[in-house]
Amino acid sequence: MLEPVKISLDALNLATLMPMLIAVAGGLVILTIDLIKENLHKSLYVMLTVLIILIDLGTTIGLNVNDRGFFDLMLVDGISIVTQILILVASVLFIPLALTSKRFHEYSYPEFFALFLFMLAGLQFMVSSDNLILIFIGLETSSLALYTLIALHNRHNSFEAAVKYFTMGALAAGFFTMGSAILYAISGSLELAQIADVLQLRMGDSGMLALMIGGASFLLAAFAFKLSLFPFHTWAPDVYEGASAPLAGYMSIVPKVAAFVVSMRIFDMFIKLNVEWIQISILIMAVVTMTLANIMALVQEDVKRMLAYSSISHAGFVMAAIAIATTKSNSAVFLYYGLFMFTNLGAFAMLWVSRHKHKIHHARFDHPYEKFAGMINIMPMGAVVMALFMLSLAGVPPFSVFWSKIYIMSAAVDIGMVWLAIVMGINSAISAYYYLKLVVYMFLKEPTAGINETTVYYNVSKPLMTVLGITVFVTVSSIFFVEPLLEYITHMVQISGY
Amino acid sequence: MEHILSILIFFPLLAGILGFVVDKESAKAYGISVASVEFLLSLWLWMSFDTTYAGMQFSEFAPIISRFGISYNLGVDGISLFIVIMAALITLLGIILLDESKIANMKNMIVSLLFLEMTMVGVFLSLDAIIFYMFWELSLVPMLYLIGAWGGPTRVYAAVKFFLYTFAGSLVMLVGLLVIAYLYHLESGVWTFNLLDWYQLDLSVGLQFWLFLALFAGFAIKVPMFPFHTWLPHAHGQAPTIGSVILAAVLLKMGTYGFVRFSLPLFPDASVEMIPFIVILSIIMVIYTAMVAFAQKDMKQVIAYSSVSHMGIIMIGVFAMNAEGLGGSIFLMLSHGIVSGALFMLVGVIYERTGTKTMSKFGGLASVMPVYATVFGIMLMASVGLPLTIGFVGEFLVLLGFYHVSPIATILAGTTIIIGSIYMLSLFKKSFFGPVTNEKNRDLKDLNARELTALLPLVAIVIWLGVYPKPVLEPIDMSVKKLLVNMEYKARTAKAKETIISMQKVKEEK
Repeated sequence: MLEPVKISLDALNLATLMPMLIAVAGGLVILTIDLIKENLHKSLYVMLTVLIILIDLGTTIGLNVNDRGFFDLMLVDGISIVTQILILVASVLFIPLALTSKRFHEYSYPEFFALFLFMLAGLQFMVSSDNLILIFIGLETSSLALYTLIALHNRHNSFEAAVKYFTMGALAAGFFTMGSAILYAISGSLELAQIADVLQLRMGDSGMLALMIGGASFLLAAFAFKLSLFPFHTWAPDVYEGASAPLAGYMSIVPKVAAFVVSMRIFDMFIKLNVEWIQISILIMAVVTMTLANIMALVQEDVKRMLAYSSISHAGFVMAAIAIATTKSNSAVFLYYGLFMFTNLGAFAMLWVSRHKHKIHHARFDHPYEKFAGMINIMPMGAVVMALFMLSLAGVPPFSVFWSKIYIMSAAVDIGMVWLAIVMGINSAISAYYYLKLVVYMFLKEPTAGINETTVYYNVSKPLMTVLGITVFVTVSSIFFVEPLLEYITHMVQISGY
Repeated sequence: MEHILSILIFFPLLAGILGFVVDKESAKAYGISVASVEFLLSLWLWMSFDTTYAGMQFSEFAPIISRFGISYNLGVDGISLFIVIMAALITLLGIILLDESKIANMKNMIVSLLFLEMTMVGVFLSLDAIIFYMFWELSLVPMLYLIGAWGGPTRVYAAVKFFLYTFAGSLVMLVGLLVIAYLYHLESGVWTFNLLDWYQLDLSVGLQFWLFLALFAGFAIKVPMFPFHTWLPHAHGQAPTIGSVILAAVLLKMGTYGFVRFSLPLFPDASVEMIPFIVILSIIMVIYTAMVAFAQKDMKQVIAYSSVSHMGIIMIGVFAMNAEGLGGSIFLMLSHGIVSGALFMLVGVIYERTGTKTMSKFGGLASVMPVYATVFGIMLMASVGLPLTIGFVGEFLVLLGFYHVSPIATILAGTTIIIGSIYMLSLFKKSFFGPVTNEKNRDLKDLNARELTALLPLVAIVIWLGVYPKPVLEPIDMSVKKLLVNMEYKARTAKAKETIISMQKVKEEK
């Protein structure tokens, strides 16, 4: 007869689970409130969600670093905490964008907010584990919730986007499972630390390298889908176009930063094992991604699609940092998203401000360049704010993205990859063209007929203005935040051993 | 005033931000007041500047990102002092020249000019590579707006071309800066972008060569060196008068200043190695663009190309590697700034009156607008380099200095004076002498008070510094000599040590 297993509650170390539990419980609370009383205003749910996320954030900050829990499934190391903080801060900025002055369908459902919180829990699980199964579960939970959030936008192309994303996500999940299975087959474990140990021992075995490369390739493909890296990036522009503007901005940051942490955990292992092939293929992928996406962005007619391609290109930049795999480059990943987050969310929020229910500017697009023509004459502040975001994205100092760009470039230079730094520089120059295109439209063109303040400021409300204010403030004054941010991130990355 | 440099940089910024609030009608008056205060501050800097000390003065230092070695680090020496003063002066006079009745959106223009002034002053005062780069890049933004919003028919194309061209070049330069910082880190274990610390760095000749090229990409496009000059005539052709004035007078000087501040002291051996390359490019630039200038029908294009041609002389002086040449080229930067600024203002004046810049539409202007013709004539003489004008001093010193390096190249470069006088005098002849060919031009008004206020100070400076350049030349000379001594000390190869003629050698010879 089997002995009953005895586990003390202390050994479980439930504290490591606290942040996720708070998010899940918060989601349930929202659903319960809806059960009890229907037709409550969305502002209630928005504020509740913000509160829950803030509690979540508080718990996350209070976590012990390098703590394990729940049969060692949970691993709360420095990078996990940093990522959770980034995710939660981005979420706090994202949720108030629901409070537009015009009513948009999806936000009137409490389910939207519950799903959102479940997604957060999934993402937090995903980044705080080094067990491939838990990572997978976290990834799928968050993705399923995200597909639904996209579809809730309730437009023809939102459904298309959600289905497309879902199909691609399913394929990626397949790749992920295959990759994990191969790693399990050669190492007998699903924990990355143990896999690394076994692989280290068996490196010399015949055929081992092929298996390792096979496993790594499947995992790389899976994450390339999530991170929208070439050649698995094709879904991204359509999905971004179909999703509502804030959600598109959110998707270009939060799921990606989570996926980056997991790829850091996985590929750092391979790179430290000196499997050069993997480093080279990540580098090629990164370089092709940033270049190709930049060239595609040049020809876009819609600002949102342009921003989608630009986000892909930025993901390419960060992927290069993963391939470099030094403490500096790994810190650069977080610095990049920590600063990029504000700018990009701000840019998408500016699109959201001017979003109409019907496509009044163009037969297909919501945000064609023409819509922004002559904005400096119609709403000078809006034009200046948007221009600041664009200049920041292009990497003009001293705005936020510049600092993360030079940090990655400097990390590339440090390990002797000057060519990579030059490629990044050239790509920044290419990207300047399409960011500038918007600036040119806003500042140097005459406004198209029928555009006035109310059409452009259509959706504006105080919460939106607040979010924009915060993002533009961080974008402009980032020079003062980089120092403490970098100290904290580097410390956290170092104690996690990356 | 310990923080005068910070005040100089951030006063225009603050004024620019507050300028958003100022009423449209009063925008120009606001601009003039702010620019005057800025100019007076820069004069005060000169007054309190210790002309007997060659090193950096009024230094300010505050770490910004200490983990990465970026700090707020300012300082001024004889090389940068006068360029800053000139930038402040040209901005002030440019604003005075603005015609309120002709320019829409005066407020936006004043605000962007003030931002531009901040970036210009910032570039010349920064001693931290990243802060320098920051101002360098930021200067593109207001200029983009100036050209794009108030320029000619293809202004947007010209503005974007200007932006992208310089932006692409400076990103390569940025990689170079990051490499230098990394090499410094390797050597000393400390991250720093402090230029004065970098001067201590000992680099192998091979590395110097590559880094020189990386920085060359940024600086050469800005100068603009042949064959990277193609953006400039276009930008000038489309830019409004004030845009051209500032572009020619100050923004181009950023490139040559970059060579003096970065390339020469950081890579002495590579600089010496590169002399033939630079000089060949510069001589092509001098002769070729002078010929192109002669072929132009548009008055503004003549001056734009002559600008490129003169920048070639400045480049030759920078790479003369002796005190006369280098000091002369810095003086020439000032004189070219003043003279080309004034010439662009003059073209702007006639363009405002007639709506054209084509020389064949003019003729006999001297009889209609005598004062205008006189001012134009003085500036033209200064541009050609007539003795007793400001243009002569710098050009003569540069050619004298470069004669030590290569007499043949000097003679070739000297043709600029001849070709220069050909195209400038033919411009003058076509437009000003002879009978009035165009009936419309008969009742053109001569310079009014506003235009005279903007132009006469420049005329005064042209003659004053042409006759008595000592107060300006002396501080320049001090700092230049210090730079050369450092270069010679740092140089590794015997060839470089031989070519760089610093103060000590001159003394030995005596």
